[in-house]
Order: sequence, then C-alpha cells, then structure tokens
Amino acid sequence: MTAAPAQALLLASMLFALGLLGVLVRRNLLFMLMSIEIMLNAAALAFVAAGMRWHAADGQVMFLMILALAAAEAAVGLAILLRLHAAGRPTLDADTGNRLKG
Amino acid sequence: MTTSMPFLLSALVAVWATFMVVTRAVAIHALLYLVVALLALACVFDVLGAPFAAILEVIVYAGAIMVLFVFVVMMLNLGRPDRLRENSWIAPRGWIGPGLLAALLLAALADALVVAAPDGGPIAVIDTRQVGLALYGPYVLMVELASFLLLAGLVSAFRIGRHIRGEDAP
Repeated sequence: MTAAPAQALLLASMLFALGLLGVLVRRNLLFMLMSIEIMLNAAALAFVAAGMRWHAADGQVMFLMILALAAAEAAVGLAILLRLHAAGRPTLDADTGNRLKG
Repeated sequence: MTTSMPFLLSALVAVWATFMVVTRAVAIHALLYLVVALLALACVFDVLGAPFAAILEVIVYAGAIMVLFVFVVMMLNLGRPDRLRENSWIAPRGWIGPGLLAALLLAALADALVVAAPDGGPIAVIDTRQVGLALYGPYVLMVELASFLLLAGLVSAFRIGRHIRGEDAP
C-alpha cells in the first residue's frame, strides 16, 4: 500500500492545470493571485514527490524555497491590489491595470 | 502498485476544492475552498513521507498567506454589485478556450508521466532533521537568497502600501 510518485505527479499536473485555467478565465486580480498560489503549490507537490521517490531531503528544501517565494509574491501582489483599489478604481479587473501611476 | 486510501481521498478533496476555487464568484467562498485545498495538500505531503512540509503547509500557507488574503478581502469591502459583475465575468462562454488550453497542458503532462519509471520502493519518512541538515549544509546559499527575497518583498510591499489613503503621494 504505497502512493507511487507517478500518482503524486499526476495530482500535481491536475492542480497546475486547474490553476492555469483560473489565471486564464478569471478577470478579477484577487482570483488570479489565488490561482497563482495554486500553481505554486502544484510545483511544490511535484518537488516533494520527487524527493519521496529518491529518498532525499532536497525536495523538501525546494519546497521551503517555493514557500518563501509564495509569501513574497502574495505580499507584493496584494499590496499592488490594495493600491489599485485605493486609487479609486471601481473594479479589480486586471485589464484596467495599465493605468497604474506612481 | 496499489494506491493508499488516505492519498486517494486527500487527492480527491484537493482537486475538488481547487476546482471550486476557480469557479466561485464570491471571493471569501473561494478563499475558504482554497484553505480546504491546502489542508488536503498537507495531508498528501504527510502521506508522501514529508511531515515537515505538511506542517509548514498548514502554518505558512493555510495560516499566514490565507490570513493575508482574508485581510485584503475585508479591506476591499466587496458587496452585491461585485458578485453580480463577477457572475457576468465568469459566463460559460468564456470557459471554452482556456479550458481547452488547460486540458491540452494536462494531456501533455500526463503523457510525459506514462513512461514506466522504476518504483522507488516503500515510502521512507524524511524528517525535520534530514531537511535541516540539507538546508544548512549544501543549500546554505539558497537560505541566504531566500532571506534576500523576503527582505525585498518586505521593502517593496512597504513602499507600495505606504500612502494607501491616496494623499500626498511623493
């Protein structure tokens, strides 16, 4: 009774495809950021699955790096989103981001 | 090669919750589903023999980053018009092209996975001690780089959010 690494990689692929679908479909910046978090999670799962396959700790080290990257990305992305909202923009439509000033 | 039941259940919950995240119209509902997906993914990590990654997934992702998202949703003060507009944005017509692209990507990735790789044997738990030894041994430069990245994220988030009220922006 084991979970083969191929199945974990298949799960990672499905999560990544769902995240890509979210980034492509949604126009709301908040949902796009959430979908990017999903895609980063899928990549982290692929690293952990590879570390499980080779019985090495390197996969979890890369998971930690992805964690730091996701934290920085969420902080900067949400700050930009709040800035867009505070500039009097009525919606969070990603297409209106080209009028950002300052 | 049989799949263990906890892995299968956690994977099903993760995929279903992620699908719900992508299709919700209300931001806070999507966030709650995202928390469910992250907890299910933490269970997957634990099944895969990575308890340290599972704990960090719960603490940092489901704890810290999701709380950041919840704060932003509270500050944005979304209401009923936003929900109606969001519903009009996710009309079924717009799903065809992106759905095809995502299905194509999934097919390509799954096709790359059918290569019969030899199984790695039973799962060995890689505990925190081994991760820490690898982290501060051969990967110590990457720890420094991660600290650089977090410092840069802190500074830029502070700079961007400094005059959030909109007055006297320099």
